[in-house]
Amino acid sequence: MEPSLASYLALSGILFTIGAVGVIFKRNALGMFMCIELMLNAVNLTFVAFSRYYADTTGQLFVFMVMSVAAAEAAVGLGIIIAFFRNRISIDVDDASILRN
Amino acid sequence: MESALKTAFPFIVYSVGILLAFQGVLMIVAYTVLAERKVLGWIQGRIGPNRVGPWGVLQPFADLLKFIFKEDIVPDKSTRFVYFLAPLVALTCALLPIVVYPFGPRIADPLGWLVPYVTDWPTLGPAISWIAEQARNMPLTIAQIDVGVLFVLGITSVGVYGIALAGWSSNSKYSLMGGLRSSAQMISYELAMGASVLGVVMLAGTLDLNGIIHAQITSPFRWYIIPQFIGFVVFLIAAFAETNRVPFDLPEAETELVAGFHTEYSALKFALFFMAEYVNMFTVSVMCTVLFLGGWYVPGLSHIFEPGSIPYALVSHVAFIGKICAFLFFYIWVRGTLPRFRFDQLMNFGWKFLLPLALANVIVTIFVVYLLNS
Amino acid sequence: MASTVLFFLFAGFAIACAISMVYHKNPLYSAISLVGVFIALSCIYVTLAAPFIAAVQILIYAGAIMVLVVFVIMLLNLDEDKPLNRLRYLYAVGGGLGLILLVQTFFIFYAVMRAPQQSVDVEQTAGKTLSIGQAMYTEYLLPVEIVGVLLLMAIIGGVILVRRLEPGQLRLVVNEELDRRNEEQEKDDFRVAL
Repeated sequence: MEPSLASYLALSGILFTIGAVGVIFKRNALGMFMCIELMLNAVNLTFVAFSRYYADTTGQLFVFMVMSVAAAEAAVGLGIIIAFFRNRISIDVDDASILRN
Repeated sequence: MESALKTAFPFIVYSVGILLAFQGVLMIVAYTVLAERKVLGWIQGRIGPNRVGPWGVLQPFADLLKFIFKEDIVPDKSTRFVYFLAPLVALTCALLPIVVYPFGPRIADPLGWLVPYVTDWPTLGPAISWIAEQARNMPLTIAQIDVGVLFVLGITSVGVYGIALAGWSSNSKYSLMGGLRSSAQMISYELAMGASVLGVVMLAGTLDLNGIIHAQITSPFRWYIIPQFIGFVVFLIAAFAETNRVPFDLPEAETELVAGFHTEYSALKFALFFMAEYVNMFTVSVMCTVLFLGGWYVPGLSHIFEPGSIPYALVSHVAFIGKICAFLFFYIWVRGTLPRFRFDQLMNFGWKFLLPLALANVIVTIFVVYLLNS
Repeated sequence: MASTVLFFLFAGFAIACAISMVYHKNPLYSAISLVGVFIALSCIYVTLAAPFIAAVQILIYAGAIMVLVVFVIMLLNLDEDKPLNRLRYLYAVGGGLGLILLVQTFFIFYAVMRAPQQSVDVEQTAGKTLSIGQAMYTEYLLPVEIVGVLLLMAIIGGVILVRRLEPGQLRLVVNEELDRRNEEQEKDDFRVAL
C-alpha cells in the first residue's frame, strides 16, 4: 500500500509553514536564506508527488528548473551577504537600515 | 514457515551481498595503507614496515589495535555534537557508493551445477533447487539504479561536510584553515570532475554504471579512454584533488597546518577520517575504471569463455580489481614523487585551466556525437 | 506497506530537522539540520520513483548550495544570532501566518482525501532519466534556455558583487564617476557631492 497523495501534500504544507514562519522569526540573513530554500523544497515535493500520481514528467522537469533557480539564488544571495558583512561586520538584517530616513 | 522464508530470502541475499562487498572493499583499503607505506619506503630507499608478520602483512591489524587503544582526546572548547558527527559523516559518505559498484558481469546460472547433486536429498534438495532458480541471471551489483554516476558524484560531494565540520568544530585555527581550504578545493574541482564525466555519459547515452560498461563493449574503441582521453586526464587530476591526495593535499599540509582539519582528532575518530580518505581513493579508482577503462570488461575474453559463465565472471571480476589496484598504485607513486602545490596555484589551476579544458572537451564531444548520429 | 513505513520515517525526520533548523540560533546547526531535510526529501523522492530528481537533489542542494552556505559561515566566523531587540510584533505576524498556512494545509489534506484516489501505475516511465531528458530538450526547450541565461546572469552577478577593487582600479572607477558627474553638472548645472 502506498501513502496517498494527500499525505505528501500535507508533509509539503507543514514544511512550507515551518519555512515561512522561519523567514519571519530569523534575524540572520543566512538563516532567512536557508528558510527560503526549505520553502522551495516543500514546493518541489508537491511537484514530484503530482508527477508520480498523474504519471507525467512535467512535474519533475519543473523541480529541475526550481533547483537551477535556487542555485542562481544561492550564488547571488551569498554574494550579497558577503558584501553586506564587509560593510557592517554583521549579517543581521536589522542592521541593513542604511537607506532609512 | 516456507513462505516466510521465501519472503525473507531477498533480504538475506542483500545482507550477504552488502556484507561481502563492504568487507572486501575495507580489506582492500586496509592493505592499500600497508602498500602505501611499503611502496613509499621503496621509493625512498627504505624497507617499510616488516615487523608484524612476514613482510609486515599483519601491519593493518596492528594499526587498528593501536587506534582503538589510544587515548581519545576531545578539545575543551569544541562543539561537541558537530565534533562527533564529522568523522561519521566522512566515513558514511565514503562507504555509501559501494552499493552501486559494478563488481562484474551478470552470471547466467551461478548455482545450476549444484542442482544435479542435491535433487535426491529429502528436504534440502528442493530448497537448494529453488534458490538456484532464484539466482538465475545474478548481477554482481548490490543496487542497480538508473542514475549510478549521479549517485556517486552526489554522495562524494556530501563528504565535504565531514571535513568542513571537523575543521569548524575543533575550535583550532589550523583545523579551521584546513577545513576552509578543503571545502574551497572540493567545490572547485567537483565542477571539473562533473564536466569530465559528461563526455562519457554523452557517448554512452546512460547514467547507469553497468550501462556505461556495456556501451563501451559495443563501441568501436572498446575503452572510452581513447575517444575521451582529455576527459580521462581531467578526471584523474580532479580525483586527486577530491581525495585530498598529494599534490593537492593542502587541507592537511603538515608543514603549514600541523595536520589540517584533523589536527584535534585522535584515536578511533582519527582512524575514521583516515579510512574515509582511503575509501574515497578506492571510489574514484572505481569510477575511473568504469568510465574510462571498461570496468570489468577484458577485450577478447568472450572468445575464451562463454559470457555469463562462472569463469568469465571470475576473470572479469579479477580484472576489475586489478585495474583498481593499478590506479591505487598510481596514487601512491605520485605521492612519492611530486611536491605540493601552493593554494593560489591550486585554485588557478582548477578554475583557469582544468575547468575550461573539461568544458572544451564536452563541446567537442557534443559535436562529434551529433555528427555521428545524424 | 513498506513504502508507507518509509514515508512516515522520512517525513518525521524531515519535519524534525526543519523545526530544529528554525529553532537553533547557531547558523551552522541550522545548516546541518537543513542538509538533513534535503537528504530526507531525497529519500522520499526515491520512494516516489524519481531517482534522477533524488540524485540531483543531493548533488545540487546538499552538495553545492549548502556547502557554499557552510563555507560562508566558516569564512565569516559567525557567532550566535542575537535575540530580537525590536520589531517584536513580528512574533505575532509569524504566528498568525503559520496558523493560516497550517489550516490551509489541513484543508488541502481533507479535500484531496475526499477526492477520488489516483491509481499509481507501478511500471510508469515518468521518473526515468531518458524521459526527463527528452522532455527537457523538446517540449520545454525554451524554459531550459531561459534557466541557462539566468545561471549566466547569476555567475556575473556573483563575481561583480564580491569583487574587491585594487587601489589603482578603485581610483580609476572614482575618477570616471567624477568625470561623468562633471559633465552632468555642466549639462544640468546641478551640483552633486560624491
